Amino acid sequence: MRIVLAEDHFLLRDGLVRLLEAYGHEIVAAVDNGADLLRSLTKEQPDVAVVDVRLPPNFTDEGLRAVLAARREMPDLPVLLLSQYVEPLYARELLGSGGRGVGYMLKDRVTNGSQFLDAIRRVAEGGTAMDPEVITQLLMRKERDENVASLTGREREVLEWLAQGRSNAGIAQGLFISEKAVAKHISSIFTKLGLLPADGDNRRVLAVLAYLEQ
Amino acid sequence: MEHSTMQLAETRPPEEIKGFSVSAGTVGLRHALALCWTAFAALGRSLAVSSAISLVGPGLGMVPRAMEGVRSLSARRRELAARWSGVHIPPPPGPLPPVPAGASGAVARYRWIMSDPQTRREFVWVLADPIAGAFLAFFPIALVLSGVWGIGLAFFGVPLSVEWDGLWYQFIPIEGPVTAVLAGVLGALQLPLALWAAPRAVRRHALYTRSMLAPSENELMASRIEHLATTRSDAVDTQMTEIRRIERDLHDGAQARLVAMGMTLDAAEHLLDANPEAVRALLIEARQSSSKALEELRNLVRGIHPPVLADRGLADAVRALAMVCPVTTEVTVDLPGRPEMPVESAAYFAVSEILTNVAKHAHAGRAWIDIRYDHGMLRLTVTDDGQGGADASRGTGLRGIERRLATFDGVLAVNSPVNGPTMVTMELPCVLSSPKTTSF
Repeated sequence: MRIVLAEDHFLLRDGLVRLLEAYGHEIVAAVDNGADLLRSLTKEQPDVAVVDVRLPPNFTDEGLRAVLAARREMPDLPVLLLSQYVEPLYARELLGSGGRGVGYMLKDRVTNGSQFLDAIRRVAEGGTAMDPEVITQLLMRKERDENVASLTGREREVLEWLAQGRSNAGIAQGLFISEKAVAKHISSIFTKLGLLPADGDNRRVLAVLAYLEQ
Repeated sequence: MEHSTMQLAETRPPEEIKGFSVSAGTVGLRHALALCWTAFAALGRSLAVSSAISLVGPGLGMVPRAMEGVRSLSARRRELAARWSGVHIPPPPGPLPPVPAGASGAVARYRWIMSDPQTRREFVWVLADPIAGAFLAFFPIALVLSGVWGIGLAFFGVPLSVEWDGLWYQFIPIEGPVTAVLAGVLGALQLPLALWAAPRAVRRHALYTRSMLAPSENELMASRIEHLATTRSDAVDTQMTEIRRIERDLHDGAQARLVAMGMTLDAAEHLLDANPEAVRALLIEARQSSSKALEELRNLVRGIHPPVLADRGLADAVRALAMVCPVTTEVTVDLPGRPEMPVESAAYFAVSEILTNVAKHAHAGRAWIDIRYDHGMLRLTVTDDGQGGADASRGTGLRGIERRLATFDGVLAVNSPVNGPTMVTMELPCVLSSPKTTSF
């Protein structure tokens, strides 16, 4: 895939470039600030952008804002945001910029190469990749939600994986259960949360995320 | 020193009353009537103080209690002056003077009152108010009463004059229908005069109260210095506690994990040739240690200065808090710019702590956070529909917030009747900088 990378730490940028190239991807631009990022995104139209939230000159949320600006022009531009911290608020803004092809992950996840690349691939295909930490935080506030409380332990596990944007096969693999069982759990989750069954992997992820965010 | 008795009520700058309006007049009359009642209350309390001083008995007896009553009445009057006339009267610089042990007799009681300028002032005020305050407040009401009396005389002045053997209404001797009607006209004229005079009398009354009760510049200065000294040492303590906590967290958390990681990697290196299978397990362990260390560092940073706060400022940081709060929380913000970073941070952590309290103790279903800025004050209110009964003087959490806000001259007020709702209001004086604009 053709990838635009934005990361201000030299070591991490270099590491990411090597990692992604090792897996056969092409880095069309590796930038270290928000303004350059916005320029390369519009110029290169990459298959996916991997972006650090905090970039110079202000070291606040330039990365996120550049991405949101870019997605206003190109709503289908897939973006995976990386950050030292995950903030549900930023996840909401990202999801609000069009629900296709967004990811938001902790930087630590790059240490697990296959998981990280799986997330990039999901995003590039128009799916969602939410960090488990975001889901945990969103679930935390749903402690008192009767619908969430009515989920069984297994269903809750499936819900967390589902909200991260995993496919049935991915969930089955991760939880060591059959895909059929996953499908059963998912339909039960949708019933308990009062959500309409959605077709397509990403549609149902978004439905679940929207529910958690209410 | 308790400094949270600061006004949380709206105070308008005092403005001259202009012109004449019936509605302002009737409101003024109502206020004047209420002020008359406070003069009555002052009479009661002055009697209480006088009898407490003169009562035979050892020690100070009831005097401090009586003076406390005077102090609460003066606080009420301050509030009315601010609310009705926009006249701001500075609150007492400090609490009542401590009760000395072993002093006895009326002289000692009297001396105790006189030892503290503010108490002395309040003592003089409570003695004078039943006369001076009552006179000022009663003046427009007297005009109304006398006006009504005059109008009444127009109808039954003649027979009354016969019965009472002559009758004067002010300067009009009532001798027949003509003079009776004249009295009625004069009386009727007094009603608009009363409406005109009432708001002015209320304002005069507030100014007179201020002249009686306001502490002198020196006292205010002294109390301010004391307040600054207290808050400074509080701030230094808080800071030190924070630094100790950070140091301990780093030492017990990330640092320890990194050491463990180093040891694991060292072991892996030794086993590389002998037992590759074990090396795999060790490497997985090292990776887990690294993500644990990162997680701990993340939480530590969040506790020092949350990233959203740094990135976006108070409004979004509080919204982010609301997003992860188990209690459904609505946030309304009206901030034209960003406060200075220390103030922003203090406000954020105060709201965060209060929200935690709400989630833990209030059994609330909903909460509302309102942040606004006016007249150089950042005002934050957190309301919840929980069970109420929160008490700033008991809860260590609220005391802590209060102390931290005091560093910035901020105040906190809790209104939490049993069965709720609870409303925590915080005010922090600060200046706003215009928000940063970026190229996107």
